[in-house]
Amino acid sequence: MKDELLKYGVDTITRELLVEMYSMMLKIRMFEDRIVELYPEQEMKCPVHLYIGQEAIAAGVCLNLKKEDYLFSNHRGHGHCLAKGSPMGPLMAEFYGKKTGCSRGKGGSMHVIDVENGIMGTSAIVGGGIPMGVGAALASVMKGAESVTAIFFGDGAYDEGAFYEAFNFASLKKLPVVFVCENNFYATNSHQSARQPGCRISDSAAAFDAHGVCIDGNDVIEVYKASQDAVSRARRGGGPSLIEAKTYRWKGHVGPEEDFERGCRPKEELDYWKEMCPLRSFKELLLKRNVMTEAELGRIASSIKKDIDAAVRFAKESPYPEQDELLKDIYCGG
Amino acid sequence: MPWTKVYGDKAEFEKMAGVTPGLRGLTYREALLEATAQMLASDQTVFVLGEGVDDSAGVFGTTKGLHERFGKDRVIDTPLAENGVTGIAIGAALAGMRPILVHMRVDFMPLSMDQIMNHAAKWHYMFGGKVSVPVTIRSIIGRGWGSAAQHSQSLQALFAHIPGLKVVMPATPYDAKGLLRASVYDGNPVIFIEHRWLYEHMGHVPEEAYTVPIGKAVVRRKGPDVTIAAASYMVYEALRAASALSGQGIESEVIDLRTLKPLDMETIFESVKKTGRLIVADTGWKEFGIGAEVIARVAEDAFYDLKAPAARVALPDAPTPASPVLENAFYPGKGHIIEAVKKMLVRK
Repeated sequence: MKDELLKYGVDTITRELLVEMYSMMLKIRMFEDRIVELYPEQEMKCPVHLYIGQEAIAAGVCLNLKKEDYLFSNHRGHGHCLAKGSPMGPLMAEFYGKKTGCSRGKGGSMHVIDVENGIMGTSAIVGGGIPMGVGAALASVMKGAESVTAIFFGDGAYDEGAFYEAFNFASLKKLPVVFVCENNFYATNSHQSARQPGCRISDSAAAFDAHGVCIDGNDVIEVYKASQDAVSRARRGGGPSLIEAKTYRWKGHVGPEEDFERGCRPKEELDYWKEMCPLRSFKELLLKRNVMTEAELGRIASSIKKDIDAAVRFAKESPYPEQDELLKDIYCGG
Repeated sequence: MPWTKVYGDKAEFEKMAGVTPGLRGLTYREALLEATAQMLASDQTVFVLGEGVDDSAGVFGTTKGLHERFGKDRVIDTPLAENGVTGIAIGAALAGMRPILVHMRVDFMPLSMDQIMNHAAKWHYMFGGKVSVPVTIRSIIGRGWGSAAQHSQSLQALFAHIPGLKVVMPATPYDAKGLLRASVYDGNPVIFIEHRWLYEHMGHVPEEAYTVPIGKAVVRRKGPDVTIAAASYMVYEALRAASALSGQGIESEVIDLRTLKPLDMETIFESVKKTGRLIVADTGWKEFGIGAEVIARVAEDAFYDLKAPAARVALPDAPTPASPVLENAFYPGKGHIIEAVKKMLVRK
């Protein structure tokens, strides 16, 4: 990004928005870092798929969404929820399997929900949430609502038939959907090049008569601009867009460790992407452009820290569900 | 009562209608069409989607003309994308709609198994009851005319195995109409399985909208000697068997299960307590099937009511063959039920 701020037409981006972008990315980073820190205590007894390294995508997309817009996510969904406005306490409590968790302890980290903020539940079957998101968009059109649906998925989900089936339908019916493919190059440990011949995900939009764009997913302003374009296209009835945002996850597929030690990928690759940290480059830009001072940035960090402390306290102090919860809520109304 | 009465064929119904004032008759297909039209007319959240729902045949007549009356935006023909479209129906349900998804054959549902079992069935529980998925998935069992292995399966047991789903199999026009409405308004994902050989069946169907409760079986014929619990098309085979056996002095009690999940065990227990003998007649495979479940529950909770080992009349453990000779050997019917009853009574 460095000195190229103007290429984004920065005049349309207010200082307030830049601060929001930074705060949100930092919030996600610090939230996930806290999980890394707490995980070895083994009190959080569920698999965690961390979003560290990909923060610019959730932040950049969700800043274009309204509270009533729908968001569909996946197993790596903490960042999406936070960016859409989910409070940290119920999320953290869910990871601890507590009654106060957003899914009342029945979902765990892979299955979080926040109906109030348009998050209707996250699927941990790769690609599984994509058709559901398209269905929510269909419903909003049928009801005459003006909401947009953002669907987050990875390059692994692009391998799945569910993506093509849903994308085709969304484009056929010109539904207000923003498909956000977070291409972090790995499906668990399989590299994209081992799974896809062309590795040009966004290009496939053309075959479905939809709009596709490939962007730097570590550049929050670029993400913001691309999704602004896609969201406004969706809102004015122009149909779906496919945003391929290239990025990298710093941690292994699951858990708090960096998996290069287990031979999952080369360390040099991780180091290269760490150099391109979405937060660090953006922070440098904010300072350099005098958008914010070190002291202001510091104040944001300490306020987030306080919120995370409170969320962790809430989670740890909350009770577990009663055992008779086991057979409750299998069916509604019965 | 006219709504529990089962008519063997159209002629039988018409004869009865001639002597019963106000007895309104519809075929099973017309009952489904009427139920769907009434819901589309009264509730904007209800819509229909599926492959070919707006074609001229209208899914064996069950959706015929609905797109003309309610528009193609509410009666939606879909791409051949069973899994994706099922997910779309689920997502729409999450967002406040009550979709009726139609699969022309049960055999196409395995393509959408991920969305049905990993998503629809789990969503209410997995998120602590915060959301629900009021989706109804209609599908049809084919039979005969060489439909063969991929167009004639009876997969109800597959769905009944999964917590979070409900499974209904109406046998009569009255139940078809009432159970379809009950499914759409149940609030949960309901797998609604029809049998193609039932579409022409005629019975009493009131014009006004009504529901038949999910989870309630009904006794179609009373008798003290043996209980035959049957589902869907096998209800008719059971009734035919019962009337043949009656001529030989054996009186059977025929239970129409109507709903497979949740299973109405009370009705079965009550009957078995009286008869002491149980046969389960299902359209599906014998192994790990509906019969196995019903009999296991009786063995667990009412074993001492049994005077003889229970029996299953169901499909052999083979895919459906095409040749009429093999088809004939494949499908059990009235004769197999009679045989099973007699074998059971001999043990006495």
